[in-house]
Amino acid sequence: MRIEARPTPSPTMRYLSPLLALGLTLITGAAIFSALGKAPLASLHAFFIEPVSTVYGLSELFVKVTPLLLCATGLTLCFRAKVWNIGAEGQFVFGALIAGAVSLQLADHQGFWVLPVVIASGVLAGMAWAGIAALLLTRFRAHEILTTIMLNYIAIQLLLWSVHGPLKSPSGYNFPESELFSPQTLLPTLWGQYRVTIAIFIALLMLAVVWTVLNRTLLGYQTRVMGENRQAARFAGFNGNRLIWVLLLFSGGMAGMAGVSEVNGPVGQLTTNLALGYGYTAIIIVFMGRMHPLGVLLASLLLGLTYLGGENAQMTLGLPKSITGVFQGLLLFFLLACDFLISHRIVLTPMRGHRPSNTSTREVTSS
Amino acid sequence: MSMDIIENILFATIRTGTPLLLVALGAMISERSGVLNLGQEGMILVGAVCAFIGAYTTDSLLIGVASGLASGALFSLIFAVIAISLVSSQIATGLALTIFGTGLSAFLGVDYVGLSIDGLDEQPIPLLHSIPLIGKAFFAQDLLVYGAFILFASIYYVMSRTRLGLIIRAVGEAPAVAHSMGYRVILVRYATVMFGGAMAGLGGAYLSLAYTPMWTEGMSAGRGWIALALVVFASWRTERVLIGAWLFAFASILHLVLQGFGYDISPNLLAMLPYLATIIALVMMMQRAGTAQLAPRSLGQPYYPQN
Amino acid sequence: MGATASRRLELVGIAKAYPGCIANDRVEMTVKPGEIHALVGENGAGKSTLMKIIYGVVKPDAGQLIWNDRETLIEGPAHARRLGMGMVFQHFSLFQTLTVTENIALYLPRQEYGSLRRLRDRILSVGEAYGLDINPDRHVHTLSVGEQQRVEIVRCLLQEIQLLILDEPTAVLTPGEVTHLVKVLKQLASEGCSILFISHKLEEVRTLCDRATILRGGRVTGSCTPAETTSEQISRMMLGDDLHIEKSMGVGAPGDDSLSLEGVSVSPGGAFAIALHSIDLTLRAGEITGIAGVAGNGQDELVDLINGELAPDAGKLLLDGRDMTAEGVLARRRAGLATVHADRLGRGSIGAMSLTENRLLTAYVTDSDAHGFLHWRPLTERTRELIQNYQVKASGPDDTAASLSGGNLQKFIIGREIAQAPKVLVCFYPTWGVDVGSANRIHVELARLRDEGTAILILTEDLDELYLLCDRVGAICGGQLSPLKPGHEVSMETLGQWMAGTFSAPQTQGVQNAH
Repeated sequence: MRIEARPTPSPTMRYLSPLLALGLTLITGAAIFSALGKAPLASLHAFFIEPVSTVYGLSELFVKVTPLLLCATGLTLCFRAKVWNIGAEGQFVFGALIAGAVSLQLADHQGFWVLPVVIASGVLAGMAWAGIAALLLTRFRAHEILTTIMLNYIAIQLLLWSVHGPLKSPSGYNFPESELFSPQTLLPTLWGQYRVTIAIFIALLMLAVVWTVLNRTLLGYQTRVMGENRQAARFAGFNGNRLIWVLLLFSGGMAGMAGVSEVNGPVGQLTTNLALGYGYTAIIIVFMGRMHPLGVLLASLLLGLTYLGGENAQMTLGLPKSITGVFQGLLLFFLLACDFLISHRIVLTPMRGHRPSNTSTREVTSS
Repeated sequence: MSMDIIENILFATIRTGTPLLLVALGAMISERSGVLNLGQEGMILVGAVCAFIGAYTTDSLLIGVASGLASGALFSLIFAVIAISLVSSQIATGLALTIFGTGLSAFLGVDYVGLSIDGLDEQPIPLLHSIPLIGKAFFAQDLLVYGAFILFASIYYVMSRTRLGLIIRAVGEAPAVAHSMGYRVILVRYATVMFGGAMAGLGGAYLSLAYTPMWTEGMSAGRGWIALALVVFASWRTERVLIGAWLFAFASILHLVLQGFGYDISPNLLAMLPYLATIIALVMMMQRAGTAQLAPRSLGQPYYPQN
Repeated sequence: MGATASRRLELVGIAKAYPGCIANDRVEMTVKPGEIHALVGENGAGKSTLMKIIYGVVKPDAGQLIWNDRETLIEGPAHARRLGMGMVFQHFSLFQTLTVTENIALYLPRQEYGSLRRLRDRILSVGEAYGLDINPDRHVHTLSVGEQQRVEIVRCLLQEIQLLILDEPTAVLTPGEVTHLVKVLKQLASEGCSILFISHKLEEVRTLCDRATILRGGRVTGSCTPAETTSEQISRMMLGDDLHIEKSMGVGAPGDDSLSLEGVSVSPGGAFAIALHSIDLTLRAGEITGIAGVAGNGQDELVDLINGELAPDAGKLLLDGRDMTAEGVLARRRAGLATVHADRLGRGSIGAMSLTENRLLTAYVTDSDAHGFLHWRPLTERTRELIQNYQVKASGPDDTAASLSGGNLQKFIIGREIAQAPKVLVCFYPTWGVDVGSANRIHVELARLRDEGTAILILTEDLDELYLLCDRVGAICGGQLSPLKPGHEVSMETLGQWMAGTFSAPQTQGVQNAH
């Protein structure tokens, strides 16, 4: 058996690789469960099947998918251009914080305009937070990975400060959380007692927009060229800085919207633990989904499931919730490893006559 | 300002700077060989949790330190295999390492949250520790701080004076050329990445065994990322990493200083300072002409020799 | 030990295949001690692969290598060095940010040089012995290409050397430097060192080499004593019989000024960049202007500047009489400027993208609709036409750029620019690394475009190409441009001096003929 480079990358493996990675993750997961003394198959069932075996469970999946998909939709464009916005988490938190603050301000106002104002404030806040990174990158050449990460930590501290201070509920027994938002500031749910809001439609709509931009517009083409080769983009005369602004503002706005979908959706108030890592998970989703809109949709379902699975594993198996992070990390690692097969293949060969390796210099029988 | 306060500020700065110094030195070495490992945060956390578990279960701090070191190195091996051997994107793989490390450390440490151990003691060095002003900061610390100084000196020596340092720099500058000269680029990069992992693990061990002797989820609080920024700030030079680590450390204890002087500012706002300082430092650094050119030239680019 | 051997090096049935191409096919060759042996062949004939196999960089799929009468398996470059081989690569294997001494230290085994200080002394003394003076303390990126080559040669000479391999060593040198190199090589050979000299320039092979082995398509097609063989005979072995090469490109009929640079200066953007000093350059419609020069003398900067990626500190750029100094790439393209960059896969195209998408890389200026939408069907159709018109060997518009050979990709890129009917075309190394058939085809297309009234600028290292195509020629050295004169008025010798920087700038009274 040997490994050789393929003459051209395999498109089949491009799509097979995530499935292979999922398979390997499940196998490793089973091994981890049995190492912890749990029945592997039953545990996998509890993690991946049980949470979505009821209508309510399915609806909860979409509750998780909503913010994930919103964040991932924005990151898809960014990552295509290799603009490494790792700051969806911070943009999410800042969007949620500002939308929350506006919701509290508008608690006593009625009217059709209230909700749009809340949404817009969250989206704009996310854009502003990403705009800082865009400014630092285009104006000062400060690397976006480091600046967006730092902005994540700063945004979380801002949230903590707000709910410990100015936005703390006066009637909340000194708990670090805000008042509950008034109903008119909340995103309408889709039906019945389920918690899915209309934000899922916004996510799907924006995903379609991203698909169109990538495949049908010059902007999308320029984005892809920039991701493949910055020098070529420069040579061709694309305005790199403008693209960076557009992409970062767009993904910041989407993460801000995700923040709104969470605080003005199932949560309904500002609390200290809004940051559940959706912004980081969205990164995995984008890689897993091959930076392709349809792939991103499928991957967001899978990664949303890991959150539900973690919660269910905690309840039924008594495992720590953090097993979610373990599964997510494994998934991404296996994916990156399997991607090797896009550009390389494993060839099964019969044992060939191998060359001598220890006797490097031999006398030639004189001719 | 009284002598006492300055002494204490210096003492706390050196202490706080130690994990940053360790992690940044490791990251610098692997970046010098051309490998950008964004998994520092994950490696610190794994190192921290393993060190704590090791020390708690065996009651030996030495075993704790050793497990931090070893777990960091082993954990970085995952990165090395995927990013070096399987030529995956270093950025994606590093992010994956951080995400995985965060989850894995939380998972491993779930039963140890809230437990406490007796952390590393200060070991004042006779005579030296009573030098006014700096004696306490440099000569009345725990063993890991001294260890970090020794590591710093050794790394400085290796990178600037030895053939090994020359080879690491050569590999980071032009791996294909180094390969054509017969140097084992892959081996060198595995070694530097695992050295970086060990250093991050040691940094983690310092956090959970000495700095705050306990385990809490996500206790690294972004130090891995700050260390990465620190390497840029230091423009990949060993001696500047040391200065940088202390500057950053000072920024992150500034809130203690301010509180010491009686200013009443929200701790959450003050907690932003190290992150803000990082951004400001990056911006300032990039304003200086040519910083980008100081980076190892193959940094972040996968390389695998073709035959 | 080696001196008594009858054969310094013999290759028997060496074969090497890469996915999609056979680089070497049962190659046989013998080099005697003290012999200067040429390995001749066109781009893509497999010369470089064969060199790398000999030097242990690449492992052959099959075949034997016999070194000083013993069959030897070269384990790697370090082993090759221990055996007494040295190699000067075409793209030098030097570390730009390290000093000369550090570079050479890395090349030698630890026990061989002792300390850097002692090594420094040895570098100086070897340099003196062969007339290869270099400053051991300089950082390599501050050296000219010729000086870097000297570093590589000195590096090989520090050991007991029996075979020195040089991969296209003259391609990067001025004619004066070539003469000097020849002297050094002859001295080495007289001391018993065999030299394997890779080239595709027949004249220098005929004057320098004792034997020649000719490769075509990875196979040995002949071997001869160059001094006793005509260039035509060697050429036929290199190219085959059936290849028709157009030898005359006609001359241009200069019209109005299309592009003018007036006193343009640029300060270097980084440690590895070259400053341009007060460049005056006028390109006229229907004329080809050629600029010779050794790589790294400001060509990159000049091309970036004209293309609009680099803003000048002083001076003006006029395109068709319009001042476009402050305009960017896009505006200049709209005004009729097209550029073919030397970095074919790095800037001129994107390896992972399809040919349709690659055509769009510069055609987007005209090919997207007013709302910024793209319609792929007509774009694909136009790409198909381009592939046909320029005889690009590709299975269709969906092929990736990376899957094309260098020559085919270059035909595609030049065709893409020509199809936009540019008023001014800048070609940076138009046929570098391109097979001879494609190169000829590209020359014909450029001549045709000239006849249609386009002003063309060519920057090249290949002086044959320069004289073949260009109506006016000049040279660039250290960021300064020589005078531009009609090709027939500039002798090869004068051009060589210009390439070395010996020219009087128009305004300053200069030193003529420093020799």
